[in-house]
Amino acid sequence: MRRYAARYIKPNDRLTSFERLEIYNRQYWFRVLGSMAEDFPGLRKILGERRFDDRCRAYLTECPSRSFTLRNLGSRLEAWLRHNPQWVRGKEVLALDMVRLEWADIEAFDGEAEPVLRPEELDADSVSKLRLRVQPYVQLLELHYPVDDLVLQAKDDEGTNFASNAVGELRRRMKVRAVVALKPQKIFLVVHRLDFSVYFRRIEREEYSMLKALHGGDRSLAP
Amino acid sequence: MPANRFNNFTNYGIGIGLRAPHYDHILTRKPVVDWFEIISENFMIGGGRPLRILDQILEQYRVVQHGVSMYFGSANRPDREHLRRLKSLVKRTGTPWVSDHLCWGSVDGTYTHDLLPMPYTFEAAKITAQKLRYVRDFLEVPIAVENVSSYAEYHVSEMTEWEFLNEVVERADCGILLDVNNIYVSSQNHNFNPLTYINSVPADRVAQIHIAGHSKFEKFILDTHDHPVLDPVWKLYDRAIQRAGHTATLLEWDDRIPSFQEVHDEALRADRFLADTQLKVAV
Repeated sequence: MRRYAARYIKPNDRLTSFERLEIYNRQYWFRVLGSMAEDFPGLRKILGERRFDDRCRAYLTECPSRSFTLRNLGSRLEAWLRHNPQWVRGKEVLALDMVRLEWADIEAFDGEAEPVLRPEELDADSVSKLRLRVQPYVQLLELHYPVDDLVLQAKDDEGTNFASNAVGELRRRMKVRAVVALKPQKIFLVVHRLDFSVYFRRIEREEYSMLKALHGGDRSLAP
Repeated sequence: MPANRFNNFTNYGIGIGLRAPHYDHILTRKPVVDWFEIISENFMIGGGRPLRILDQILEQYRVVQHGVSMYFGSANRPDREHLRRLKSLVKRTGTPWVSDHLCWGSVDGTYTHDLLPMPYTFEAAKITAQKLRYVRDFLEVPIAVENVSSYAEYHVSEMTEWEFLNEVVERADCGILLDVNNIYVSSQNHNFNPLTYINSVPADRVAQIHIAGHSKFEKFILDTHDHPVLDPVWKLYDRAIQRAGHTATLLEWDDRIPSFQEVHDEALRADRFLADTQLKVAV
């Protein structure tokens, strides 16, 4: 790498070619790892900071950004983890559940919205032709762990400033216990937004099936 | 001179960057601010709260769009979907001009999300200018290109950075967003006189000016946007407006963001230089 750097980049009186290139390398990882940490606080809590950074480095090395916006940096993380379960060995299901929920949170936050159907727009003629659809930003998840509780706690912790290291240490130990104590539990979740805020709402299996069918444009639900 | 075809013949004063920690303050207190600069990419989305906030801001304030991912210096053609979204936002905001950086940062659709310095060659200037013209024609709004701060220079460069900037804007016939902090940072990292740079820029093409803070390290200076503007940058700003006139000026503060009032007060420090400039012109 030093040889390549020297071939293209001028040294100056303080830094070698490689050192100048290294400034950009460090800034790159600082930026993308920071973005991943911001988008996936729950996965970070499950894995721990160092392991989270290591996994993100591996992911971004194989799946670098293909979008003009950092918002989409984690869009392929779920697929990558499915192909590389060794990176979350022992926590495969929990980690995948969390990644799916955190990506759904991003999509629900600023995803596209269709105009809402209003009651006054319905009349006897139109009802027979009515085709209901779910807003494209609404995300439906079938999960094996109640990770919604954990991600809310993770977000809460990220936004908390501790005045004392001792208190911080105590909270960190509590966080670890929260992850360890999380028992498998099948849940159905709709991640949606109302008045521009994102909500995680647990629903029954039947509600999930109905919404899933509507999401997929299932015409068998038509009257 | 400040109102020119590169800023759509506007006479904007001092603005600040619209940042999330200040949303509540702005929407509830409604402070007097001449204009806000937004990062285009933050609002090139399908819907949700960011666009709702933007619409509320647009009801009361003037907004100018600044981009970070067009990468005029990258060899590939602009992505049509990217341009389509950007144009949609341009229509929404009514921005009088659009700016982005004179840099590269993507290769074949893979993005670094960094503002990487260009090799200052005639070939690179030609390709960059072609891309600038293409984007401007698509968006149908004037474009100003911003000089970036840099930490590396290439062996292949055939000219100085300011000569390259001039070559690009002349070929593209576009405006300049002159970032005086970036000029200072690069001058310290590459050992050149920043006044030479300022004095070489075609003043009649300056559409807007950026000011910001930076951080000093032992062997280089980093463009961090997390401090008040430092004295050497104010001196360069003074010289820039002596040449370009009372130009739309924007304070960038993107990290460790203090209160709205602190950011706004820092931006308004530019007023004393603008007033001095007007006095000198009057005399």
